[in-house]
Amino acid sequence: MRRLIFSRPKSLRDVEMHYCAGCGHGIVHRLLCEAIDELGIRERTIGVAPVGCAVLAYDYWDFDVTEAAHGRTPAVATGIKRVRPENIVFSYQGDGDLAAIGTAEIIHTANRGENITVIFVNNGVYGMTGGQMAPTTLAGQKTDTTIAGRNLKRDGYPIKILEMLAVLPGVRYAERVSVHSAQETLRAKRAIKKAFKTQVDNIGFSIVEILSMCPIYWGMTAIQAAERIETEVATFYPIGVIKSY
Amino acid sequence: MTPKLLMCGNEACGEGAILAGCTFYAGYPITPQNELTAYMARRLDEVGGVFIQSESELAAINMVFGASVAGARAMTSSSSPGISLKQEGISYLVGCELPAVIVNVQRGGPGLGNIAPSQADYFQAVKGGGHGDYKLIVLAPSSVQEFLDCTYHAFDLADRYRNPVFILSDGLLGQMMEPVQLKTIGHRPKTIDKPWALTGCKGRKPNVIRSLLLGDGVLEEHNKKLQKKFKDIKAREVRAESFHIKDSDIILVAYGSVARTAKASMQKARSEGLKVGLIRPITLWPFPDKLIEDIADKTKKFLVIEMSAGQMVEDVMLAVKGKSEVDFYGRMGGEIPTEEEIMQKIEALI
Amino acid sequence: MPKIKIDKPKCKGCYLCVVNCPKGLIKISGDMNIKGVKAAFFSRSGKCTGCAMCAVICPECIIEVYDT
Repeated sequence: MRRLIFSRPKSLRDVEMHYCAGCGHGIVHRLLCEAIDELGIRERTIGVAPVGCAVLAYDYWDFDVTEAAHGRTPAVATGIKRVRPENIVFSYQGDGDLAAIGTAEIIHTANRGENITVIFVNNGVYGMTGGQMAPTTLAGQKTDTTIAGRNLKRDGYPIKILEMLAVLPGVRYAERVSVHSAQETLRAKRAIKKAFKTQVDNIGFSIVEILSMCPIYWGMTAIQAAERIETEVATFYPIGVIKSY
Repeated sequence: MTPKLLMCGNEACGEGAILAGCTFYAGYPITPQNELTAYMARRLDEVGGVFIQSESELAAINMVFGASVAGARAMTSSSSPGISLKQEGISYLVGCELPAVIVNVQRGGPGLGNIAPSQADYFQAVKGGGHGDYKLIVLAPSSVQEFLDCTYHAFDLADRYRNPVFILSDGLLGQMMEPVQLKTIGHRPKTIDKPWALTGCKGRKPNVIRSLLLGDGVLEEHNKKLQKKFKDIKAREVRAESFHIKDSDIILVAYGSVARTAKASMQKARSEGLKVGLIRPITLWPFPDKLIEDIADKTKKFLVIEMSAGQMVEDVMLAVKGKSEVDFYGRMGGEIPTEEEIMQKIEALI
Repeated sequence: MPKIKIDKPKCKGCYLCVVNCPKGLIKISGDMNIKGVKAAFFSRSGKCTGCAMCAVICPECIIEVYDT
């Protein structure tokens, strides 16, 4: 008799995702569904999907989901959570959504100490719109709008949002993880689960930043993209717990 | 008979919301609507609701979006520049068919303008404001009592049609104090069942609330559904007040606070033997165009009075369809047409 | 012995499973799947430990791992 030791979590619908080969969104979707299933909170979870590559996330998650305007996910999540504190509310955002157009919303939601969970996928580019520079794009990185590489003088510096947020008393748990290898993905899973547990236990605002591959707009294979996280991205955005309780 | 209370328009609006069972308010300070935000902060604490002073009007409208997604009766308010910021969220509310109440206590514009009363946001409220084909139910109260009543009514309309309802007020109405009868005190509105709301999927299939519709023809179908709803609203929800419209040579058309001045001018003109009437739209959308059209060929002239360069006058012209003359008198930049100015205009037209 | 099952028609060919298998048991097919991708497949060329690292890294969630 064969025993299944790894399969799709219940909260992740059995449908093919639209993401490009090697994109990290699929991994992150699965990890948060695993965390939700293991905590037994699927039936009280409400997700808020962003604008960006993950805009269709509601096609993949098998629980209540709404979508927000670009960058406004934390404000929408705030409204839901305040009305229904018994529900588990999370905001799923990319780096353009969270660290550019939605900077005010994420900072003030964190600062109010809203008891929500933020899943922040950082792949350093705007994927959905064709690979433009993101606030998190590394210095020298080539994108659709920085064809010679991000020029710090013209384009400013890559932004470390988690370090900025960590100084706020409202933030209770902040960790940066990556999905570029199986080992790091297991660690990412633990962080995501802890972030949800933080909310379940009414401890307060939790955020997990996940370094993720965008092979297409990094102009490389998925394997090269995973290596780039190891050698370049994680050097600038160090993996680890930034704040905990 | 409940006693009358002396309240300013902004407070009366807030009380109307509380009486209607509003349990969520998010807003950002801006003059001349601050009394409303402060009132909601106090009253929602008392009734166990949620008040959030947001970091911006963008955040406020999106918090209201979230509260509405979760099934609450939710409201936000602002004044002209802040309402411009809310337009994105308003478009999303309509696209997602979410009820909400949005109050604009208008001030002078464009730009930062000033903090005096104005009606220059009519187009923004009635014609769109945000992106996409959509309509809001727009209510225009003319007294402090009516500000309360309209707000109370707005929540029912929003839930019934799953569409945002907009209250177009102005700094004059927001700030002035008048006695208010809380006719509905003690009355709790029926809670409307919202099976579409996100509450967690226990015992049912997951609900999804969204406005992104990418499949072939799906968005057009959604738009057709919205347009049908707007047609239903137009057929059922037009409200207006009218005086002497059957036997007048000149009919004034005015809404909101300036309709009070127009009414005084009409009464003065009548006392002088001039045949002057008044139409006061209470719903700016749906606009009472049928009421106007029906009397258009029997009326010599319409005189539209606004605190703007002339915005509602375009809707009056569309309703009149060239059957009679449509004239306009307006003041801008926070200036208010006086009874004398309107009288002079009437006398010049006769 | 543990084994894995890859839903080959759904494989997009990122090969992250290939590089994450500590035993090197996942290989790339010579022929194409319905997507026009040379899908990853379980080669059975050595001893699978059932560590599930392939499934953990698979962005498509199309790898199942079985124990015996």
